[in-house]
Amino acid sequence: MNDLQAPDIEWVALSPSLIVFGAAILGVLIEAFLPRKQRYYAEVAVSTLALAGAFAAVVGLAASGHGTDESQVAGMGALAVDGPALFLQGVLCLVGLVSVLLFAERRLEPALHGASVDSFAAAPAAVPGGPAEREAEKAGWTTTEIFPLLLFAVGGMLLFPAANDLLVLFIALEVLSLPLYLLCALARRRRLLSQEAAVKYFLLGAFASAFLLFGVALLYGYAGTVSYAGIADVVSGEPGAIEPGLAGTMGNDALLLIGGAMLIMGLLFKVGAVPFHMWTPDVYQGAPTPVTGFMAAATKVAAFGALLRLLYVVLPGLRWDWEPVLWGVTIASMVGGAVIAITQTDVKRLLAYSSIAHAGFILAGVVSVTEDGVSSVLFYLGAYSFVTLGAFAVVTLVRDSGGEATHLSKWAGLGRRSPLLASVFALFLLAFAGIPLTSGFAGKFAVFRAAADAGAMGLVVVGVLASAIAAFFYIRVIVLMFFSEPKADGPSVVIPSPLTSTVVGLAAVVTIVLGVAPQFFLDLAGQAGVFVH
Amino acid sequence: MSFPLLTATALTPAVGAVVTAAVPAARRTAAKWLALLFSLATVVLAAAVLLRFDTGEGADRFQLTESRSWIADFGVRYELGVDGIGVAMIALTALLIPFLIGAGWNDADPKGDEAPATRRWRPTQGFFALILMVEAMVILSFAATDIFLFYIFFEAMLIPMYFLIGGFGDRAGEQDSEEGQARQRSYAAVKFLLYNLVGGLVMLAAVIGLYVATADQLPEGTFSLQAILDARAAGELDFGTGTERWLFLGFFVAFAIKAPLWPLHTWLPNAMGESTAPVAVLITAVVDKVGTFAMLRFCLGLFPEASDWATPVVITLALVSIIYGALLALGQRDMKRLIAYASISHFGFIVLGIFAMTSQGQGGATLYMINHGVATAALLLVAGFLIARRGSRLISDYGGVQKTAPVLAGTFLIGGLATLSLPGLGPFVSEFLVLVGTFSRYKAAGIVACAGIVLAALYVLILYQRTMTGPLKPGLEKLPDLKVRELAVVAPLIALLIFLGVYPKPLTDIVNPAVEHTLSDVQKTDPEPETPAVEAAP
Repeated sequence: MNDLQAPDIEWVALSPSLIVFGAAILGVLIEAFLPRKQRYYAEVAVSTLALAGAFAAVVGLAASGHGTDESQVAGMGALAVDGPALFLQGVLCLVGLVSVLLFAERRLEPALHGASVDSFAAAPAAVPGGPAEREAEKAGWTTTEIFPLLLFAVGGMLLFPAANDLLVLFIALEVLSLPLYLLCALARRRRLLSQEAAVKYFLLGAFASAFLLFGVALLYGYAGTVSYAGIADVVSGEPGAIEPGLAGTMGNDALLLIGGAMLIMGLLFKVGAVPFHMWTPDVYQGAPTPVTGFMAAATKVAAFGALLRLLYVVLPGLRWDWEPVLWGVTIASMVGGAVIAITQTDVKRLLAYSSIAHAGFILAGVVSVTEDGVSSVLFYLGAYSFVTLGAFAVVTLVRDSGGEATHLSKWAGLGRRSPLLASVFALFLLAFAGIPLTSGFAGKFAVFRAAADAGAMGLVVVGVLASAIAAFFYIRVIVLMFFSEPKADGPSVVIPSPLTSTVVGLAAVVTIVLGVAPQFFLDLAGQAGVFVH
Repeated sequence: MSFPLLTATALTPAVGAVVTAAVPAARRTAAKWLALLFSLATVVLAAAVLLRFDTGEGADRFQLTESRSWIADFGVRYELGVDGIGVAMIALTALLIPFLIGAGWNDADPKGDEAPATRRWRPTQGFFALILMVEAMVILSFAATDIFLFYIFFEAMLIPMYFLIGGFGDRAGEQDSEEGQARQRSYAAVKFLLYNLVGGLVMLAAVIGLYVATADQLPEGTFSLQAILDARAAGELDFGTGTERWLFLGFFVAFAIKAPLWPLHTWLPNAMGESTAPVAVLITAVVDKVGTFAMLRFCLGLFPEASDWATPVVITLALVSIIYGALLALGQRDMKRLIAYASISHFGFIVLGIFAMTSQGQGGATLYMINHGVATAALLLVAGFLIARRGSRLISDYGGVQKTAPVLAGTFLIGGLATLSLPGLGPFVSEFLVLVGTFSRYKAAGIVACAGIVLAALYVLILYQRTMTGPLKPGLEKLPDLKVRELAVVAPLIALLIFLGVYPKPLTDIVNPAVEHTLSDVQKTDPEPETPAVEAAP
């Protein structure tokens, strides 16, 4: 057993995810050893510092050329450090950072027994409404475990788009998913709904994971390796050494097709594309709103990153096989998401269906299989994630006696009560709708142009029509906020602490800057358009 | 680079919008004066544009050009420049806005019976800020020579427009309840937005297609109008028949919705009927002109062959608009909807002139855009004053107004006569030119269009007769005449109408070279025998 060699690890190149995971473990230790009263501050400080540090590491790596000339495959072929990975990791760190602010907000809920509380259950393990919960509330407990959970999820997401072999891909998927399932179940109000959402997410997510894992197995049988480069070689007809145990199956196209399809299915589930979207509305609605915001923004970024790498690095040789399928998924997502969203009466469900439609728009860029396509998707993801975070942050602020007032009818006349907040939310909706001078337009134009460049004018036309449908329901919310009379018992807007204000303000600024002067970020995304092989 | 005059002209109202919006709730009057001040400053700058514009022989087609890199990745440049048509349209826009602000001086004040919901709700400030915002975007779209840049403002102006329609009504609709009126207003606003948004998105697909087509054939994709025109003239760029037609359709549908052309017009009567008079003027006299302007500049300029191919259909649609709009105007019970249908008829004339592809036709169409703007403003604003006095838009609620308010009735009559193109007033010149231009190429179309004039006389005179003459309707005995502010708004417009009717030469001098350029874009010359040039018109 002495021939076991220590793996050769490029510590610097992997530093972003290492920092985040290290901090997550530290967070667990804080939970174990620090007194309750100090945990909140310690956790917030650790999470903020870790994500800021990870972002700094990403910037450092990108500045030293790891995104372009120096891009490499690190961790013995397990992880890629290249343009797309670094760009998405940067976005993910920022999204995580902003989400920490949302998670840490403690001024929205009315103070309980003299202590200010956040949006998360006091004792998640206690039966909702039971004596244990009351005890916990009385004692002023809060669930500070959310911060390490968030960090673990971000860590998994950092690995997901960088994964360069199928096993790492699967592990990253689990690392990012499991904390999310838990976070979904932690709402302080409407706990049953929240737990139902978590169970639903978990069950369907487990299915998706199983699909993905099965796909991994089949591809291993096909290629004799799980590394992306190795599989790509076999697909293109230049296999390395033949594994003796797999001689019977290697190179069997049926395995490749079925395995590839299962992999893509698993990823499309995470992305929330039609027909793998069923979980989205329920989970978005049930989860605590800060978690929904984080999940909606970050999961999409990570999963699209992984999908891009898989399609562009492993399966470009199968382009003719997967392209028609993805065309179908794209069109179904764009149209399906937009059409179903029209009938929604709950803000969070509405945003969920809108996210499905947006998954379709992003897929339009993915299918184009050009460098432009990659960078347009990267840009879209960056722009979209901030709009999403901002929109959900606004949702956390509109409240009545029952907590967040998410039913649309309650939003009537919000523009009269709080013109500023309603205007900002209108800005986010317009960005979702892709109105010029917002980031949403720049992103939409980028992906549609990439698609048109690649000859997919049909997708562009469908996309444009779907945008028109989508615009209808975004506008409907704006009408409701500004042109309807406020109801007497309507919700009020809570004055948040600087934490949430920062999130909303930042998201609004990013939305406008990316809309008016996107060049710098387009350049960044443009440089990040090449995958390392 | 010299002083960026066009940018300054567009930026002034934009800055004005921000400043006006920032005025505290209690200082309503200050906000109004500020808005007026900024709109007047814009007039000064627009006048400077007019003066700096060189109409001499051999002058550049696009002048006062500015060019800066903007989104290099998309091939988008911040390129501004005006030809004679653009100058005229910018001048019209800048000129009308102060009148609209003056006419809408008290339109957005909180009504006495309604307490403001919060101290932060500032409808008055918002109203004027939105008007200025629309002005800025309209000026930019008249000045943009980069197609993408044009698209951005073409589309973005929908948002402030939408809030103007949906947020501020004249509370004089057929619905009795406050809530019912609000519902109608928001219906009109949404209809406006959806129609135009769909048009805009179709255009977006065409814009992307255009870029891809240029990227295929030129060293790199471009949105620059000048670059595309040059490349086509040099034979480096040829879209191919099929592509060109699709792209043309994408652009044309967007502009035909905006213009609006039958059968894409149905949003206009709703939008104009429900909004306050100044906003209705803003829609029909300013914003909609972007549509017809863009047909001239982009449809004909970029896709000459497809334009030629589509001409029979477009002319038919224009004729239908003329007759249909006029007939429906005859049947309206609501004053503002009547004027809206009259506008649809007039837009038919403008489109007819553009697609007649003669110098008189297109010159006339351009003059028509100006004259229609001024004439509709005069008529609609006076109608707005009248409606504000009585609180009803229904024609049947009025009668004999000239007995108690003779000045109001007189200005209303002049506005109406301008609308029916009475000789001596501005619209006559343009309508005549359009008809001559059409007749010289398409005789039948010219004849049908003439019917529109007769119908116009009918709907205007019947409107006047029912509201202003006859016995005084009960409830109107104490109807006050025009106030000084209102007179100050209407009188200059009427003076302008008379001036344009008697001496249109300054305007034609500016417009004609641009029309020649457009005609040469589509490789058309006036049909033989040589008809008199535009200057020869009465």
